[in-house]
Amino acid sequence: MLVLSWILALVLAPLLFGIINRIKALMAGRRGRPLLQTYFDLAKLVRKGVVVSPTTSWVFRLGPMLAVAGPLVALALLPYAGRPGLWSFPMDFVVLAYVLALPRLGTMLAALDTGSSFEGMGASREAAFGALAEPGFLAALLAAAPQSGLRLEEIAAAQDLFHSGGALVCLALLLLLLVENARMPVDDPNTHLELTMIHEVMVLDHSGPELAAITFGAALKLWVFAALLAALALPLERMAPLPAFGAHLVGTFGVAAVVGMVESLTARLPLPRVPAFILSGTACGLVVLLMEVGGGR
Amino acid sequence: MVEWHVHDSLTVEAIPVLTAEDFRMAVANAVDQGARLVAFFAAPTVGGATRLYAILAWDGRSCLQALATDPGFGYPSLTPICPQAHWFEREIFEVHGITPHNHPWLKPIRFHDRQDGGERPAPCVTEYFTVHGSEVHEVAVGPVHAGIIEPGHFRFQCLGETVLHLEISLGYQHRGIEAQLPGGPDRRTIHFMETAAGDTTMGHTWAHCAALEAIAGVRPSPRAQAIRAIALELERLANHTGDLGALALDMGFLPTSSFCGRLRGDFLNMTALVCGNRFGRGLVRPGGVVWDIEPERAQELLRRVRTTVRDVRGAVRLFLESSMARNRLENTGALAVEHAVRLGLVGPAARACGVVRDDRWSYPQPDVPLPAGTPATGEGGDLLARAMVRAQEIETSAALVERLLQELPHGPLLLPMPKLPPQRMAVSLIEAWRGEVCHVVATDGEGRFAWYKVVDPSFHNWFGLTMVLRGTEISDFPLCNKSFNLSYCGHDL
Repeated sequence: MLVLSWILALVLAPLLFGIINRIKALMAGRRGRPLLQTYFDLAKLVRKGVVVSPTTSWVFRLGPMLAVAGPLVALALLPYAGRPGLWSFPMDFVVLAYVLALPRLGTMLAALDTGSSFEGMGASREAAFGALAEPGFLAALLAAAPQSGLRLEEIAAAQDLFHSGGALVCLALLLLLLVENARMPVDDPNTHLELTMIHEVMVLDHSGPELAAITFGAALKLWVFAALLAALALPLERMAPLPAFGAHLVGTFGVAAVVGMVESLTARLPLPRVPAFILSGTACGLVVLLMEVGGGR
Repeated sequence: MVEWHVHDSLTVEAIPVLTAEDFRMAVANAVDQGARLVAFFAAPTVGGATRLYAILAWDGRSCLQALATDPGFGYPSLTPICPQAHWFEREIFEVHGITPHNHPWLKPIRFHDRQDGGERPAPCVTEYFTVHGSEVHEVAVGPVHAGIIEPGHFRFQCLGETVLHLEISLGYQHRGIEAQLPGGPDRRTIHFMETAAGDTTMGHTWAHCAALEAIAGVRPSPRAQAIRAIALELERLANHTGDLGALALDMGFLPTSSFCGRLRGDFLNMTALVCGNRFGRGLVRPGGVVWDIEPERAQELLRRVRTTVRDVRGAVRLFLESSMARNRLENTGALAVEHAVRLGLVGPAARACGVVRDDRWSYPQPDVPLPAGTPATGEGGDLLARAMVRAQEIETSAALVERLLQELPHGPLLLPMPKLPPQRMAVSLIEAWRGEVCHVVATDGEGRFAWYKVVDPSFHNWFGLTMVLRGTEISDFPLCNKSFNLSYCGHDL
């Protein structure tokens, strides 16, 4: 079952982009691109050759590998349908936070390696916003820990959307999902304006299978965040295995739909206001943590 | 100083020729007193020498003035005391090799063909203004862009995310239109005009025809003028709607961007309903217009204008009332009113700073009614002001189109154009959607074009964009650029 869910995540992750784009298209009165477009793009990219700038070194090739490797490990840590993940140990949420940061490290190093002024700007923005988002993510997960334990499945089991601080924790994770996955209103995945980009501008020099790896890694990362958010929001541990499995899957796609709606209704934030947006996510997590520590429930 | 009204013509000899120093002071004084330098260029005299002409427009009195000087190889630059002359002097230097002494930043603007017949220099291969320091970095954008837009090169000097200076270098679209026109008008002339700036087809074509009609003394019928005015306002409606949608798209605000993209097409299709071309090509000719608007077609247009403007109103209200969109627009990309006046900005970019400057009111075309009210103006000159001015102008334009369609006057569509009289000159000013289009035409001894000067509104406004970027976040550049939406080919000609 667990191995199945791990494989299912690999297969279904690119569909999340399709759902987000379909929701955005429907909200704007358009028909939108095919739901499976990301799969077509990946299939096209892996058949292409790679162009590598002569100014780059092995660091440039390392970026795409880290971009896939991080989310693959994170996926193994992820509790599924109320059960522990493939790999579960005390304090595993800290490991999750840092393996999820690996793609960022990889793309930033690769971007700096190209020596392009655009990519340098993107890396600088990504570093600044990433540093702000990291404590927020830990705070949101820790918020549940005092009662439960320090394993991800215990944290997920202790929370649900309609219980005490659950809604706030979910809100914190949703905001951080938008930040970490370069979604609106922090970053615009559809823009062509390289001066405003954060994530997209860093991968401008990648091509072919390496770009496919980055795209696939981004899909997996979004899946990890969406599935984690669904696990926290839904009381999966109280359901029978099969319904829990189905509910988790629907919940994950539901998160993608929420992201699509957020993107349809918001405008980009000016870059100087992004830190405030990230810190509001962190604040949500910290408020719950303080309530749990001091509240004596 | 000779003074005349925009629909009259004059002889080239009537323009007083001053010494270079007197010319410089006279132009600077006039500009200080509120005149605008609408055109400043060099043109050949009958004897074959090169003479500088300055055309000054007094908006309050609706009249024009002209001055000339014989500079030889150089003259004292106007730019230090009259920044409106900056771009013009660089153009004169580039095309004719006449040096404005003490010009602060003398470089080519179009990387024109060389005077000595040598190979044309590659565009934008030049020294740029640079800032030095360990934390300063340079960002080069273009000429190949990620979107489907025209080529241009932008060089930013940045300290972190803040832009210290932006230098804009154009010239990739230079086709040599002005050089092809002397000896005309011939069969190609009108097509050069229709494509001088593709999105301003109506503005440039009408300016061209108005100049020729002024020289020939032909007054088109009220019906022809009304049809021209309808087409000009439809062009304004289409482009303002498209601009507002593009602003929304650049900040990722999807509802308005999707609606406006479609509605812009609806306005273009209305122009196509009149003449068969979405940009109005083939509609306007010297002497009048080629296509009529019959009562049935007028009814259909009226119906389409009403429904489309209603939809635009809804899409724009959604945009300007969204707190996130306003947050993005307010206090970003502001231009002080002093800068707008000193640089001689035109069009919505100038009006957004609070400068009342609209040729539809100042230099109305004969038999065309004034739009209702006063020119739309904004406050603060920021992105929001530029968006609001466009939104207001959509309302005025739609009202004018409705009024014209309801009471189309009578008269012949196209009057025959006589041969142009020799040794005459005329200036025409048309408020196109992007701002003032100015054409200056002079005929030779046989009634053919001796020279022809075209000034697109973008020529005045590109430097305004440079000023806006100083001290702004570099990530705000795409929005600032879109809010000006200047033409590359109109500048490069």
